[in-house]
Amino acid sequence: MHVVEAEIREPLILGEKSYNDITEDVCAPIEGKANALWYFVFGLAGLLALWGVGNILYTVGVGIGVWGLNKTVGWAWDITNFVWWVGIGHAGTLISAVLLLFRQRWRMAINRSAEAMTIFAVMMAALFPGIHMGRIWQAYWVLPLPNQFGSLWPNFNSPLLWDVFAISTYFSVSLVFWYIGLVPDFATVRDRMVKPLPKKIYSILAFGWSGNAKHWNRFEEVSLVLAGLATPLVFSVHSIVSMDFATSVIPGWHTTIFPPYFVAGAVFSGFAMVLTLMLVMRKVLRLEDYLTLKHIEYMNIIVMLTGSMVGVAYLTELFVAWYAGVEYEGYAFMNRATGPYWWAYWSMMTCNVISPQLMWFKKIRRNLVITFILSVIVNIGMWFERFVIIVTSLHRDFLTSSWTQFHPTYVDMGVFLGTIGLFFVLFLLYSRTFPVLALNEVKTILRATGEYGVKGSSSHGHDDHHAEPVVEETAAPVVEEAPVEAPAAEEAAEESTETEEESNDETSEEGDNEENKEQE
Amino acid sequence: MADNKKYWKGIEELEQTPEFVESSQKEFAEYVPVDEFLGNASEDTSATNRRDFLKVLGFSVTAATLAACEAPVTKSVPFLNKPEDLTPGVANYYSSTFFDGFDLASVRIKTREGRPILIEGNNDAPLGGAVNARVNSSVLSLYDSKRAKGPGLKVGKSWAKNVNWSDIDSKASKALRSAAQSGKKVVLLSNTVISPAAKGAIDTFGAYVGAQGGAFEHVQYDAISAAGVLDANQKSFGKRVLPTYNFDKAKTIVSFGADFLSTWLNSLVYTKDYAKNRKPDGAWMSKHYQFETSLTVSGSAADVRGALKPSEIAEAVKYLYGAVGGNTKGNVPASIAAKLDKAAAELKANRGESLVVAGSNNGGVQVLVNAINDKLGNYGTTVDVEKEVYTRKGSDVAFSKLANQMKAGKVGAIIIAGLNPAYVAPASVGIAEALGKVETVIYTGDRYDETTDFANFFAPSSHYLESWDVLNPAKGEYSFVQPAINPLFRTRQWQESLLKWSGNDSSYEDFVKGTALSFLGSEGSWIDAVHDGYYSGGAVAAAPVVAQDTTAAVEDVVAEPAEAVSYGISAGVVANAVKQATVAGGALELELYVKTGLGNGNQAFNPWLHEMPDPITKMTYDNYITMNPDDVMDLFGEDKASKDAKRAFLYIGQESPAKVVTLSVGGQELKLPVVPQPGQALGTAAVAIGYGVKGTEVFTREEWLGDLFDAEDNSNNTIGTNVYPLLTQDLWVSNVVTEGVTVTPVEGATYPMATTQTHHTMMGRKLVNETDLATFIEQKGKAKDKGGYNETILIADAYGEKKTTKELDLWEEHAIDLGHRWGLSIDLNLCIGCGSCVTACHLENNVAVVGKDEVRRSREMHWMRVDRYYSSTVEEIGKITDFNQFPNALDGKQAYLDAEVSDAGDDVTVTYQPLMCQHCNHAPCETVCPVAATTHSDEGLNQMAYNRCVGTRYCANNCPYKVRRFNWFQYDDLNIPAFPDFAKVNHQQDDLGRMVLNPDVVVRSRGVMEKCSMCVQRIQGSKLEAKKDGTTVQDENISSACSSACPTNAIQFGDLNDKSHKVGVEKDDDRAYLLMEEVGTQPNIYYQTKVRNV
Repeated sequence: MHVVEAEIREPLILGEKSYNDITEDVCAPIEGKANALWYFVFGLAGLLALWGVGNILYTVGVGIGVWGLNKTVGWAWDITNFVWWVGIGHAGTLISAVLLLFRQRWRMAINRSAEAMTIFAVMMAALFPGIHMGRIWQAYWVLPLPNQFGSLWPNFNSPLLWDVFAISTYFSVSLVFWYIGLVPDFATVRDRMVKPLPKKIYSILAFGWSGNAKHWNRFEEVSLVLAGLATPLVFSVHSIVSMDFATSVIPGWHTTIFPPYFVAGAVFSGFAMVLTLMLVMRKVLRLEDYLTLKHIEYMNIIVMLTGSMVGVAYLTELFVAWYAGVEYEGYAFMNRATGPYWWAYWSMMTCNVISPQLMWFKKIRRNLVITFILSVIVNIGMWFERFVIIVTSLHRDFLTSSWTQFHPTYVDMGVFLGTIGLFFVLFLLYSRTFPVLALNEVKTILRATGEYGVKGSSSHGHDDHHAEPVVEETAAPVVEEAPVEAPAAEEAAEESTETEEESNDETSEEGDNEENKEQE
Repeated sequence: MADNKKYWKGIEELEQTPEFVESSQKEFAEYVPVDEFLGNASEDTSATNRRDFLKVLGFSVTAATLAACEAPVTKSVPFLNKPEDLTPGVANYYSSTFFDGFDLASVRIKTREGRPILIEGNNDAPLGGAVNARVNSSVLSLYDSKRAKGPGLKVGKSWAKNVNWSDIDSKASKALRSAAQSGKKVVLLSNTVISPAAKGAIDTFGAYVGAQGGAFEHVQYDAISAAGVLDANQKSFGKRVLPTYNFDKAKTIVSFGADFLSTWLNSLVYTKDYAKNRKPDGAWMSKHYQFETSLTVSGSAADVRGALKPSEIAEAVKYLYGAVGGNTKGNVPASIAAKLDKAAAELKANRGESLVVAGSNNGGVQVLVNAINDKLGNYGTTVDVEKEVYTRKGSDVAFSKLANQMKAGKVGAIIIAGLNPAYVAPASVGIAEALGKVETVIYTGDRYDETTDFANFFAPSSHYLESWDVLNPAKGEYSFVQPAINPLFRTRQWQESLLKWSGNDSSYEDFVKGTALSFLGSEGSWIDAVHDGYYSGGAVAAAPVVAQDTTAAVEDVVAEPAEAVSYGISAGVVANAVKQATVAGGALELELYVKTGLGNGNQAFNPWLHEMPDPITKMTYDNYITMNPDDVMDLFGEDKASKDAKRAFLYIGQESPAKVVTLSVGGQELKLPVVPQPGQALGTAAVAIGYGVKGTEVFTREEWLGDLFDAEDNSNNTIGTNVYPLLTQDLWVSNVVTEGVTVTPVEGATYPMATTQTHHTMMGRKLVNETDLATFIEQKGKAKDKGGYNETILIADAYGEKKTTKELDLWEEHAIDLGHRWGLSIDLNLCIGCGSCVTACHLENNVAVVGKDEVRRSREMHWMRVDRYYSSTVEEIGKITDFNQFPNALDGKQAYLDAEVSDAGDDVTVTYQPLMCQHCNHAPCETVCPVAATTHSDEGLNQMAYNRCVGTRYCANNCPYKVRRFNWFQYDDLNIPAFPDFAKVNHQQDDLGRMVLNPDVVVRSRGVMEKCSMCVQRIQGSKLEAKKDGTTVQDENISSACSSACPTNAIQFGDLNDKSHKVGVEKDDDRAYLLMEEVGTQPNIYYQTKVRNV
């Protein structure tokens, strides 16, 4: 059974692709050479990352004092960055797990990169709880390891400990989920690879995938199980992160609304970051046919929805602060809005509450430039949200005698910029070495009426659709390489046809299953 | 089949010839020339076979390898014979006396393994059993590596190195002899000498000079002069002495600018006495009026305070004299006149039980004050001239006369002791010129400073902890100084040097003992007296300088008040005094005040005192001009009516440095930062003396000095600026300048200030609970009931029912009623904010000094602090009637913003709150630590396991009291790259300074959290002692560092579960409350509501 969609729906993949076209398009960045722009951006990100690593080493070598913290404000940029990155790391798993369970097939075009983004963002996030420790060399004490100190265990009451478990679980499940999804695609890349070393590497990564029905069966089952596992994690991670604050006594932190509010905020910022990255990637890697306006519009709707949820949460906080009549909490919110950090509060309000509301207009949510700008603005806003929650609550809490101001140092900024650099280094490397689309899954949503598939495979050679823009727009070397690549490509084409057939079978199988389930 | 086959290598094997059989047994088929290696022994006979050889080889290689990785060698040399009174790990205590010409305190010195590490008050001593921050911090100045290491001899323009005492002695004696023989004067210039032994040494020296044909003179001058009081008493009673002030007998106290709780005369004695009647629970509570210029510690403790310009203070004294029945009229503003009338009425009502004092060094003002006290019949009761006090003897006139003689070349040699004249002299004295004219200048200070520049002999005197002496601070009272350690450097007490130079080779110790024996009588009583540290009564053999009044009996301080004596100060004397007291006022008047931390500047090298925040301004490390906030706004052309402008403009914080102004006084100009000070009289400026001492530039760095950094001459980059030269002198040295003072802003110049508190109001919160005496009496027994001044805060539960936090608690209770539960009871009525507890905590707990820049970043490590709040008119706490309003009328954005500004003009109310870890029974810090580094003990302590801490700082964030302190750096590291080298700027952290560390308390490393442990090491010590004695811990045997250092006993430490302990009773008092009880932390620290006697 093929997927049948109503005419009125926009197709998920444009450009009348054949299965082979998909394989070609996705494998092109891996097999081709990067252009100057890639090297430029990579170099820039690398420099930032190095600067960040330097600042981290300086912090670890000299002491946390090189940051701007003080006796009253014990966390500032460190935990702000941590929560921000964790939030960004939310979209990937949400897309791949939750949308998988909800059978949102449009996710297939974006889930691979969104998951990659998740992995990298969580890596960046995990850095901060480590380096913010005064004695990072004792960091392993937060793990419940058997030890020689007697029966000395971590404090299971501490939300910080829950964080350790939540983040590490989330990270490992996300990583496994991502990798499982990659296996068939790695196999495709392996099969196309000519150079011996990459071929060897990809064959290791492909885990002996041969594409037989048994493999596909297991693949589907594992994916479903992992999706089931990952879904609660999407909600638990940020709930637990929010408990770092919610379980404390500090006015402005001590709020029961935090778990849903944080999860909504995380999805909000995660989708914004996915948008930022995808909009660049679809342009650079020429994936316009796969990441269509429809995808962008869907994501914008999610951004708008979660942004509105965040907005409601902000207003609820204000209402509760007033309604509860607690002196300290009332002041905490008064101080946020009118105190020395009013600019941070109003930046947050503008970026997170007002800007997503523009998405109500179809023209705006289908406009790539505006979407890109708004996605960046949302992420700036979300960074400010965490800054506002952490710093403005801490800097003026109960005892007025201890009120202070927080002034960041260049090391604070350096570490943050460094993680952005490092994130992009990883993402750029990923985009050149990994199949950036789940190519085997994407094929299942190709409107494969047979017409396209046949046309695609038979007309290869005549149809230079995917090669054309390369010739036109990018540097010469690609053109020079084209003849060298040709035989390999032909071989690959043959192979991929096989794969396609298999996956077609698989798809129909899946379709049957789905149908059966639906009937049940 | 195969096993039937036989394989052989050669015919020998096949044949199994005996040769073959033999050689096959050998390890090597071939001959190995082992014998040749083995020398004489043959292979067969040698015991060393190949295996042994390999074993030996292997062992040697391994051993050689292991030897290469040498473990660090720590040498620990045990005593071969244990010294009789020294058990490692057990502290020894010695009684001694601290007297530096400014503070007097009987102290008890704790030594560990021979090192003095703690100074506490000797509570048994009749005089000065209390300590303040200056006294308890003095132990660190012992370990100051910048002290002079040995004597110095000036050769040409520079100091010769490695000079021996014998060189100095021979050369100095020769110089002194030739000066005497030349017929010129030989002078000893010192601060007040109250030691009969020193007096004996001086007499010996004087006699020697006389024998050489020279004239000898001993001139005494005090850096902070009290000559005005002395001269007034000379005029009034014919005795140039201080009277005994009995603050404990006074029901009404009126002070005109005398900061008697912090810096005025024997402040420690006064503080202790004053505190006796400041509890509202007693039979009566004294009422304290203070009229002053800048806000002082005494002014903040006062019940009624009036801010006056210095010139107006004399007028106020005159006004009061008129109001109590005298014939003078003072010209004071109406608001002050009202307060003075009220004071006068109360003074008259309490005849013989009132006390009026004045801080002015003007003899005229002091005569008037004497006349007021006389009119009120206070002599013989609250003021006692018969019980003479000798702690100030300096004469301003004699000092300026000496300077003139020196300038005239009439002085051939001068010996300077206990005084740094080149630093403390007013500019008008011209001390530099005077010292330059003297051929032989011998200086006995403790380091190379301003005066050493003029000296040609440097004979450094020992620290008081290395010295012997006997002191006679008051009539019939003796106090002993004994060393707690051998001199660390090649120093010698100046008294011994004097003896040496007069040809007397006896040690000063023997000399002191000889002097003491003359009145003690026996060797046994000498040992007892030194052991006790004091000796009261007895006939005085060696008469002190002032002729003794033999008729006066020795009075017990706590005895019943004697019959008042009237001296009837004559109208003529008063009229003359009025003339002397009257000064013309100016538009801007300057007061040079003494700061609580640094005192007269003797301890300007003590980082603990620099880092102790000033009780009032909460500034550390600098001196600065304080001015009323309105004056500062005017000065910079800002709109003082706008609270928003005020809040923004006057804020001084990490990135908001102070503005700089030029202060010009009679031709002298100084650039100083300006700090707005609520409560200061309008039209005045005040600067602290005691700063800018030469050598303090080592404590500071370029970036800490802002625009005042002098790139060319580093010696100008001292901490603060010396303002002693601004003192004026006519008859007396005056600390006020009333005319010709101008202050002009320096455009664009800023100066970073390090303050520990940037916010000054309580924002209407119940932090310091406060009420007035009438309410307190009215609500006796029901203050915690609904509407009482100490109302328990109730919280509505889900059904709207009001409940206490305890009832709403979700937590499991600790078993807090079992066994010990250690806690503190802090009486806010007694706390005067002096900061003695802050430095005591530094000493006891090895708290790191972090330097100005770190304090500026709000990273001071103080385990305990004293919060100071100004009440603001918006907060409506200034109005006594609104004390109980909580939550008060703070409503809306602007109200909150306005509440941040302490806008009480010059009529400010100050409250103090000592704050340390509250040892919450439900501690928010304990739950959030991921590694359980902070836990609760079953004795109620919130404990910190430094070893376990990984430094997430979550506990500090979650602490509602913000008492946790994080080690941002390795503060004792000598080589921190790129960041302040803490050990270089603070000698507490250098090799010598670390001798002061308490070995019972671990020094925390970088990256761990630390906080008040309630001196767990002292608790443990007391428990062990009690166990040895077979008893329970008694109240008097247990104290925390802060409680034992508190001069007013505001802080009490003990077992909350034991009713025989003061805290066990006080916790249930009407006045007792828990700080921010509504947060539900259930602290073990109880605060007692402040009650103002208004």
